[in-house]
Amino acid sequence: MKELVKTLCAIDAPSSFEDAMRDFIRPRAEAAGCEVYEDVLGNLIVHKPGAPADKRIMFAAHMDEVGIIIKALGDDGYLKFACVGGVDVRVLIGKRVLVGANHVPGIIGIKAVHLTTQDERKIVPKINDMYIDIGASSREEAEKLTCCGDYAVFDSFPVDFGEGMLKARAIDDRVGCATMLKLIENGPAVDSWYVFTVQEEVGTRGAAPASHRIKPDAAIILEGTTAGDLPDAKPHLKVCAPGAGAVLPFMDNSAIYDREMFNELRSLAEKNGIRYQIKQYVSGGTDAGNIQRARAGIPVAAISAAVRYIHSPSCVASIDDFEQIYALAAAFLAAHAK
Amino acid sequence: MLDIFDTLCEINACVSPSGSEEAVSVAIAKVAAPFADSITTDALGNLIVKKNGKPGGKKIMLSAHMDSIGLVVTYIDDKGYIRFSNLGGINAPGLPGTPVRFGNGTRGVVAMEGKVKLADCKIQNLYIDIGVSSREEAEKYVKIADVAAFDTPAFRTGNCIVSPYLDNRISCVTLLRALELVSASTPENELYFVFSVQEEVGTRGAQVAAFGLEPDLGLAVDVTRTGDTPEIAVPMACDAGGGAAVKIMDGSLICSPKLVAALEKCAETNNIKYQREILLNGGTDAGVMQRSKGGMHAGCISIPTRYIHSPQEMCCESDVADSAALIAAFVSAKIEL
Repeated sequence: MKELVKTLCAIDAPSSFEDAMRDFIRPRAEAAGCEVYEDVLGNLIVHKPGAPADKRIMFAAHMDEVGIIIKALGDDGYLKFACVGGVDVRVLIGKRVLVGANHVPGIIGIKAVHLTTQDERKIVPKINDMYIDIGASSREEAEKLTCCGDYAVFDSFPVDFGEGMLKARAIDDRVGCATMLKLIENGPAVDSWYVFTVQEEVGTRGAAPASHRIKPDAAIILEGTTAGDLPDAKPHLKVCAPGAGAVLPFMDNSAIYDREMFNELRSLAEKNGIRYQIKQYVSGGTDAGNIQRARAGIPVAAISAAVRYIHSPSCVASIDDFEQIYALAAAFLAAHAK
Repeated sequence: MLDIFDTLCEINACVSPSGSEEAVSVAIAKVAAPFADSITTDALGNLIVKKNGKPGGKKIMLSAHMDSIGLVVTYIDDKGYIRFSNLGGINAPGLPGTPVRFGNGTRGVVAMEGKVKLADCKIQNLYIDIGVSSREEAEKYVKIADVAAFDTPAFRTGNCIVSPYLDNRISCVTLLRALELVSASTPENELYFVFSVQEEVGTRGAQVAAFGLEPDLGLAVDVTRTGDTPEIAVPMACDAGGGAAVKIMDGSLICSPKLVAALEKCAETNNIKYQREILLNGGTDAGVMQRSKGGMHAGCISIPTRYIHSPQEMCCESDVADSAALIAAFVSAKIEL
């Protein structure tokens, strides 16, 4: 799992630019003997044939990541940009980015500190006051390297560190994609569906059409979720912690998860010695909301990884948690073989 | 005829906030069973009670949500105090001092952290005290993800009923009574009485029920605010005791003008007391029904209710009877829109 997550975290795929993820996943799913279909929005739908299941089970994880989109090239060669998805503006200044598929290096800059007023230094700057510096001195120079509508990603290579921790960008939700890929390649040989969704970070837009097409009886969303186990957080606001196992949410802002499935996952974890934690705060949202409310309703559950500094260039998660998430998803699938 | 107060108490005796509607669903199905042609539950837990009609009529979805607002346990501390989050819209400063009850009967009281001022109080500053002294002891009674409901009394006073969760159990009672009324003969239309789930977190149940049933017409039943209390912030032309409230619009939809006109005509023909209602905030199941699939005529009959989402809501019994009578008269007869 570790190497797969690291490989996937190094792929560029801000929302709507998921091509490189599809290019990675498709041949591997086909080689594993699956039918693969790409819908008009770009969702990659994988059907794994196998022993009959007692219901039509769909797993979902999103391929896209938060990122940056170039919205204008200035006369002076600087790039104006907007964020794709929920990026914490506080983490942007001074970060290195890679612009476009050619990975043009850039730096997110802002007015020099000696030109700011005291009041300006006390507030979080607005994105409109920032720019990306790609070292071009004119619009013409910049146009040789990029164009309006190009994406940019944080320049942040995956690194193992500390006691079994991984730092990377886009752990949300490459951990879910890695789990699904491993289920496809090595998981229980049970008939099942996997949807690698697009555009989750801009409003869970890919999940509903995919669910309409697949018509599952039950869906499990594999996700990254915010960990709040930080020194200044009160115990009841810590949400979840990397290293404490697969996270089972009972609800978030997108869905109240199906009670029966939640309880089933909890008891499967206990029976199989899989480490898990219940998400101890109600926050965030996932593709679950739109999947649950597709067609005449689909029961949903989620298995998540606790991720610190989520949506930043340096997300931090526990490698052992990845294994627990895979083990629980596989146990669920195996339990539903007829 | 079903007694309004007794039926309310019967279906309200459970802990069934959004996402945990099994108990209220069982209670409603029991009341509905003698009058129903079939009773089913869909994938999200919506209870669908069917009443067959004469051939050639319209297919009508009536929807009253059966979930309530509630509390869900997120954390238990070393001393056994229980932290929670809200299911649906809850006004945190209104909660301290409220008795609550869990599904297994465990009782407690909501209290507030000592250093917080009431006006600044948020849900995360509140806790439930169940009278134990350690986490181990608390966990014998309550687990993370368990849900709780207000444990406040129901009683009659003046012309009114006071109870927790009139929103929306009183509308469930209204629909049950309408079902009883239409059962006296075969209605002209094919009727689906939907007791929907998860309305309080975003009308989620009605959305999927409407997709599954694909009706010609949708009519929600829900509570609405009133304008008849002292010093109200936003004037509203809807009074408790003023009769069935025919919704014109709210935050979730503008009701089909043809349906509104037909409902008003029906009320006048049958001499049923009614009033018009415009709710500036809030929404109902009617909003998602209107926009399901290719769209449908949708509207709502509301029960004027004071102190909505507080632990003690109040409504007028006669409005419930009028609303049930209007719904029954309307869906029993031929409908031309």
